[in-house]
Amino acid sequence: MMFFFEVLIGGLMSGIMYALVALGFVLIFKASGVFNFAQAAMVLFAAMFMAGMYGDWGVPYWLAIPITILLMIGLAWVIERFVLRHLVNQEPIIMFMATIGIFFAIIGFAEIIWGSRSRTLDVGLPDDMLFIGDMLFQQYDIVTALMVAVLVVLLMIFAQKTRMGRVLRAVADDHQAAQSVGIKLSTVWVVVWSVAGVVAVVAGIVWGGSLGVQPVMVDVAFKALPVLLLGGLTSIHGAIIAGLIIGAGEALAEVYLGPIIGGGIDNWFAYIIAMAFMVWRPEGLFGEKIIERI
Amino acid sequence: MIYRESGQFKKTYEADQAILPLRTDQIFMVGVLLVAFLVIPMVASNYVMNALLLPFLIYALAAIGLNLLVGYCGQISLGTGGFMAVGAFAAWNLATRTELPMPVIFLLAGLITAGTGVLFGLPALRIKGFYLAVTTLAAQFFLIWLLQRPWFNNYSPTGVISAPTVDMFGWTVDSVTDRYYLALIILVIMALIAKNIVRSSTGRKWMAIRDMDVAAEIIGIRPMATKLKAFAVSSFFIGIAGVLWGFLYLGQLEAEAFNIYVSFDVLFMIIIGGLGSILGSIIGAAFVVLVPIFLNVVPSAIGLPLGTAMISYVEIFIFGVLIIFFLIVEPHGIARLWSIVKQKLRLWPFPY
Repeated sequence: MMFFFEVLIGGLMSGIMYALVALGFVLIFKASGVFNFAQAAMVLFAAMFMAGMYGDWGVPYWLAIPITILLMIGLAWVIERFVLRHLVNQEPIIMFMATIGIFFAIIGFAEIIWGSRSRTLDVGLPDDMLFIGDMLFQQYDIVTALMVAVLVVLLMIFAQKTRMGRVLRAVADDHQAAQSVGIKLSTVWVVVWSVAGVVAVVAGIVWGGSLGVQPVMVDVAFKALPVLLLGGLTSIHGAIIAGLIIGAGEALAEVYLGPIIGGGIDNWFAYIIAMAFMVWRPEGLFGEKIIERI
Repeated sequence: MIYRESGQFKKTYEADQAILPLRTDQIFMVGVLLVAFLVIPMVASNYVMNALLLPFLIYALAAIGLNLLVGYCGQISLGTGGFMAVGAFAAWNLATRTELPMPVIFLLAGLITAGTGVLFGLPALRIKGFYLAVTTLAAQFFLIWLLQRPWFNNYSPTGVISAPTVDMFGWTVDSVTDRYYLALIILVIMALIAKNIVRSSTGRKWMAIRDMDVAAEIIGIRPMATKLKAFAVSSFFIGIAGVLWGFLYLGQLEAEAFNIYVSFDVLFMIIIGGLGSILGSIIGAAFVVLVPIFLNVVPSAIGLPLGTAMISYVEIFIFGVLIIFFLIVEPHGIARLWSIVKQKLRLWPFPY
């Protein structure tokens, strides 16, 4: 039984990390209706810059992280200026394919600068074992969970209480109505991609800290997609809860189901959970009913 | 001037339905085929044929298949690699476990892939857009995992299996030239079939579904049958491409060779070449195969040699930028540019 709980908690922790990537997707989808495939590439981009600046140039982390955040804002501006602006009013699927292009452009750019070798990224998060009762926890996981909680609360406050948050929600509701009351769409897009960029920085710190920084990291995109579908495309807390469900389900399946049907099932098990759920509720756990029935 | 047509002079339905109505185009096409069948095998070295032309021909076939689904029917798919793997492994298992002749194996492998495609296309009946993209992504991961089970490679200890020699109607396809010819013949036949499918009522139904599914249903097109047909036909093409990729190009099979990045490559081809164009699929495949070669040759020629690693990074970057560029500037890709050129030539040198 103890073993079961350890597996479960390990799964929940990796679920939080998936949720962190899915969160970036949700923010952008909510505000602009763009399904941003490049979110995982942004995580890799941020992580590579932090690790690279520290490792190759000796920039301390307290400086490297703000610089990276500025870079992400710059990246958001570039994406808005050179990509999104030209694709306004295109079909969503064209936008989606454009973000696949952004995905590769960002990865290629980061690799041109930093190469593809594996680096470590250790910003000084505590990393010891911790026993609560008989159960073994990693301090790192707990700190991560707290960071994510704080991030979500901050995002909620940003979306609900600030002026910019109201603007974002207005744009999400209706682009044209928002424009007609004087909201500049281009600014909003830069802001929302920047916020997603900041989320990517946090995700980069967390992922890079636990797995090391290397281009394979973008494969987390393929884990975050089912999280996104399960949680509903527009719900922040949906992303977190779905991340937990998928992380736990995946870990348990790998341990208990894996030996029966052969290992390595965690690559696709998340998709099975998400798809099985979508048969019942196509809009996901907390999504708005946006799917057109055909 | 180059195209001298000055009105509609067609007198028969045959003339009206010709794929290439103009004499100039017909001559051009015959010329291309002559070059492909006679000149290239004589002048191309084995290296060029093996490293450039074979992957180009096979990728072109896969791109045509995907274009039928994405470009014509509007159902996005990221599972191309997985379906290619299904075709390759189905053919390998049929070849090693049965005594069937090779052409039958090719057909059966295509049909098995078509069945798999229909199975994973079923969600398309209820969902579309991103949701469908993610479902096909699930197909990609699941199929690759499934094909790594020991039964599919006959309990090979390494998981890598070597492909049998292809024997077509007594023609043993062994040398590079033979393999080039087989791939070329199959591509030409399949491209012709694809071209005719998209001009038929099936193709028009696909385009109606793509442009607006609700309206298509109202004018009497059954979305379910139409979409599943698109998945089946597209997967058949992709499956055959998978067989060729494994048997003719790689020579040995392992499921990991058909990973998600193969799917992306084929998607790039149809975006760059042109969504909804058979010619575009072929041009796109040529483009994607040529860009790495180009990056290898040009920087060192202008005195700026790049390392091998750097070339692969630059390649990734350039592909990303090209995708965005084409989506913004010309969503119908190079094929559209080609038809614009033709339109201009029609009026040249006296445009009005």
